[in-house]
Amino acid sequence: MSIWNTVIAASLAVMALKLIGYVVPTSFGEQPAVQRMSSVLTVALLSSLVVIQTVASSGGVAIDARVISVLAAGVMLMLRAPFIIVVIVAAATAALLRFTGVMP
Amino acid sequence: MDITSRKTVSMGLSVAAAVSLYGISFGALSVASGLDVWQTQFLSIVMFSGGSQFAVIGLIASGAAGGSAITSAALLGVRNTLYAVTMAPTIGPGLWKRLLAGQLTIDESTAVSLSQSELQHKRLGFWVTGIGVFIGWNAMTFLGAVLGDAVGDVRAFGLDAAAAAAFLALLWPRLTAKDPIVIAVVAAVVTVIAIPAVPAGVPVLVAAAVGLVTGFMLNRGAK
Repeated sequence: MSIWNTVIAASLAVMALKLIGYVVPTSFGEQPAVQRMSSVLTVALLSSLVVIQTVASSGGVAIDARVISVLAAGVMLMLRAPFIIVVIVAAATAALLRFTGVMP
Repeated sequence: MDITSRKTVSMGLSVAAAVSLYGISFGALSVASGLDVWQTQFLSIVMFSGGSQFAVIGLIASGAAGGSAITSAALLGVRNTLYAVTMAPTIGPGLWKRLLAGQLTIDESTAVSLSQSELQHKRLGFWVTGIGVFIGWNAMTFLGAVLGDAVGDVRAFGLDAAAAAAFLALLWPRLTAKDPIVIAVVAAVVTVIAIPAVPAGVPVLVAAAVGLVTGFMLNRGAK
């Protein structure tokens, strides 16, 4: 599947999911089971994506500068730093570790 | 304009400014993942949901099949459906208004709107934040994509680590109770185990499934 096909299909799916919310009855979204499933899915997926972006490397697991960077991001989040600062600190940490040759 | 309206506008615009800045990293990471500037911009205009957008480019970069990128983006987009259901009474009737509101229904517009107590401020908060983020996010995506194209090796600038940090920052505000923390830890462990065992793109789906089962069990245990 080409990148364009993936981009278009995924975009239309996400757009449709937003629009559906304006046509289903309000009572559907108020059901506790539905709300719970949505928040569980979001947490599980985001957590999984953190791990993939941090350690996945061509079909295996690799410990490199990304791990230290994510730990640095975690510290910034604990200090209640704004979103953009968290991201910049993580990038700067990885860049520095690689520039100095400490970690790949 | 009354003082609460002014405060609402100011809140919406500051949220929009912060999120937009972060659009630069999305744009740069997207071209680094192998998408071109137009595919990147298409995601920001049509998909317009940060978590799902990062999932698509991350999975494409990891060499995952298109199907898992689409499924992951859609699963992350399910929460927007709930936001839309929540926002519908605030937005009110009217086909075109609802279509436009639908596209602008994201974490930020919903959060700013819900933080207001009166209907007029809820409406104002939704539209100011939604439109502000849409314009800023798309402008910064374009800037990031063009810069990323020019920069070349994004690893030297730590942009791969920035993507991981971005997901962590999206996850963080949700880890406010025991259940979400347990689910996050289980999903993380399952992902690490799955990465070497299954093709790229599948671990995230396995984690979603195990996360749902964990959530179900935690819920039953509580009753």
